[in-house]
Amino acid sequence: MANVTFHEEDVLIKEQGFNDHFHEHHHGDKYQTNFIFHYIFSMDHKIIARQFLITGIIWAIIGAAMSVIFRLQLGFPEESLTWIKPFLGKWIVVDPTTGIGKLAPEFYYALVTMHGTIIVFFVLTAGLSGTFSNLLIPLQIGARDMASPFMNMLSYWFFFLAGIVMFYSLFLSTGPFSGGWVAYPPLSALPQASSGSGTGMTLWLVSLVLFVVSVLLGGINYITTILNLRTKGMSLWRMPLPIWAFFVTAILGLLSFPVLASGFFMLIFDRSLGTSFFLSDIFIAGQALDRVGGSPILYQHLFWFLGHPEVYIIILPAMGLVSEVMSVHSRKPIFGYRAMVYSIMAIGFLSFIVWAHHMFMAGINPFIANFFVVFTLIIAVPSAVKVFNWITTLYGGNIRLNTPMLFAIGFVSMFISGGLTGIFLGNSAIDIVMHDTYFVVAHFHIVMGVAAFFGMFAGVYHWFPKMYGRFMNETLGKIHFWGTMISAYAIFWPMHYIGMAGVPRRYYSFDTFDAFKHFTDLNKFITIFAIVAFFVQLIFVINFFYSIWYGKKMKTKNPWEANTVEWTTPIEPIHGNWPGNLPTVHRWAYDYNKDEREFVQQHVPLKDGEVGDH
Amino acid sequence: MEGTLVNKRNRIHPHKFALWAAMGSITMMFGAFTSAYIVKQSAGNWLEFSMPVVFYVSTFLILISSFTLHTSFSGFKSGNESRYKSMLILSFVLGIAFIILQYFGWTELYKKGVDLKGNVSGSFFYLLSGIHALHVLGGIAAISVALIHAFTLKFKVTDIRLNRFDLVVNYWHFVDFLWVYLFLFLLISK
Repeated sequence: MANVTFHEEDVLIKEQGFNDHFHEHHHGDKYQTNFIFHYIFSMDHKIIARQFLITGIIWAIIGAAMSVIFRLQLGFPEESLTWIKPFLGKWIVVDPTTGIGKLAPEFYYALVTMHGTIIVFFVLTAGLSGTFSNLLIPLQIGARDMASPFMNMLSYWFFFLAGIVMFYSLFLSTGPFSGGWVAYPPLSALPQASSGSGTGMTLWLVSLVLFVVSVLLGGINYITTILNLRTKGMSLWRMPLPIWAFFVTAILGLLSFPVLASGFFMLIFDRSLGTSFFLSDIFIAGQALDRVGGSPILYQHLFWFLGHPEVYIIILPAMGLVSEVMSVHSRKPIFGYRAMVYSIMAIGFLSFIVWAHHMFMAGINPFIANFFVVFTLIIAVPSAVKVFNWITTLYGGNIRLNTPMLFAIGFVSMFISGGLTGIFLGNSAIDIVMHDTYFVVAHFHIVMGVAAFFGMFAGVYHWFPKMYGRFMNETLGKIHFWGTMISAYAIFWPMHYIGMAGVPRRYYSFDTFDAFKHFTDLNKFITIFAIVAFFVQLIFVINFFYSIWYGKKMKTKNPWEANTVEWTTPIEPIHGNWPGNLPTVHRWAYDYNKDEREFVQQHVPLKDGEVGDH
Repeated sequence: MEGTLVNKRNRIHPHKFALWAAMGSITMMFGAFTSAYIVKQSAGNWLEFSMPVVFYVSTFLILISSFTLHTSFSGFKSGNESRYKSMLILSFVLGIAFIILQYFGWTELYKKGVDLKGNVSGSFFYLLSGIHALHVLGGIAAISVALIHAFTLKFKVTDIRLNRFDLVVNYWHFVDFLWVYLFLFLLISK
């Protein structure tokens, strides 16, 4: 501690801070003794966050590359794909007479399935919530680490293991699972149903069960840490908004993933032990199976009871990050802090009673569907509250248009565009026409795909200095933003029209449908922008890894002049986060431009007559 | 550990809180199973069968085991070493006995013609009791660790050991109540 130079905030923490005697116990030693325990089997939340982030980035590249390949098939079905044969091997079928290579249809389905699984679970759940919950929860609430650093390490390694199993399944001779990321039976329940339903599906299930374990271990830790390890003065109503978002996200995960697990267990029983939970009177290859009395709809209920909260597990952390980034870079308090928190809670609650809107056309009772329509549309209210508050936070702000801020604003744009089409799809009557078309694809990609990625990017650019002590390159960041913004709309906007014309999703080719012939050019347009979007993301990846080692160095502790306490920790991260005392919190996180002070950090004591809560 | 516990935020030990969160999560899983049970049952084509008597006995045993484990815990807290050790062994034995009786119950059902395959009502019965048995095995593993501690470590009541043992007891009560819930559910939903 002797070599730490004391700045003004250090003095404050030293004098007013809370001494938990952390450094007297030499906890830190066992974490940092050697390379393996410092960087690989680390129990430090900051390292685990980086592990989640980098693993997420690798999966994002794989998942995005898959979408480019199947977009090539959709946009340019006539072109030869022989040039990717070195990567895909037998999945590119070359016509011996013409030499034209085509993507095998079964592998097209496998790619679509894997793209969904990877992006939804590995990138936007583990990569987003895993990264930022780990990084920010202890730092922003003023804790030394997670409640159980060991469980936290397990959480990452279960995710890693899930990834290994899924990655291995990509190289099976029968291909990975190809029945869609929702894994509906019977395609998922009968190994003989399609080429990917055998070993591919078995590995898919193994991988996702491991993933559920990872999410639960992580979630239990996040909730426990937030409720038990807040520093002195950090009341719930003084927590920054990302923490509220991570908190509700973890609760959603804890309550919904076990239900998915129960569905998976029953699926495993059906596949391996011959039960009939989800199977009923099926003929396959001319043979009648001896299964009776099961119901595939039952699986859909169990799946979507997770599936719908899952989309909020993805979007809530992004919302939290955006709220923080927006307030910091507008130099204004977040508008309606409590309304923001209540709307997070309302969204979290409502997410549990709307799942059947994914099943309007699956044969559920149309009368019961009405209730789900009503609850679904009610979600528009807290969502609109949040959008209103973000826009009002921007209004009259002293806005810094840097990369994190651009992505935060882009998030709001995407969330509005995607949210509006959700109102269409939430109506069971309109869903009769719209279900399973490209309209649905466009809707969820914009609202939970692109928007969540934007929130993640805003977070990465904003907290990169906290993670690596360096800044990411601004110019490359802005190219990344505009490239992504333009190509994302160019990809998904036209899809709405294709969908309204009735073009179904997941089809391999539209050759035989005269009605869809005139969309050929539009499909080409979409594919070209999908390729552009992919390469623009590579700019981000290069920027990210280049900046880790060669980025502009962080000179001051608090480069963004933000209020939250993570910016009072040393530039060079240490185990236990704060060298001496923990900061004592005296106020909420959003005192920007108050009493002629541009920003007032949370650990600065109140003046006479000042209020700390809002 | 003075110092870490002075703040009011540590009224409950974080590990205990984490265990409660995990129990909530397990409850959700069994909630999903039993909801699926109700949905499937109301759809018809449901085979009714009576529950073998063995399950009543196993239910009684696991209830007793909760009581003995609790006695062991209070023995540990009050420094009564012999009560702590004997009751811990008894709880362990009762836990094993519960699993064995469940197994007898399953074989008896199987002999009656209630197969895992075939009618869904049988599948559900094996699924619910089987996955519950896995959770009990987890509890037995925890009690085994407690046993090893009891007989290898010198008897001394410390905060850390008290807290660890408390976690084991809490989890055991949980799998006990979980079984009682499942048992009553299976009886009533006939």
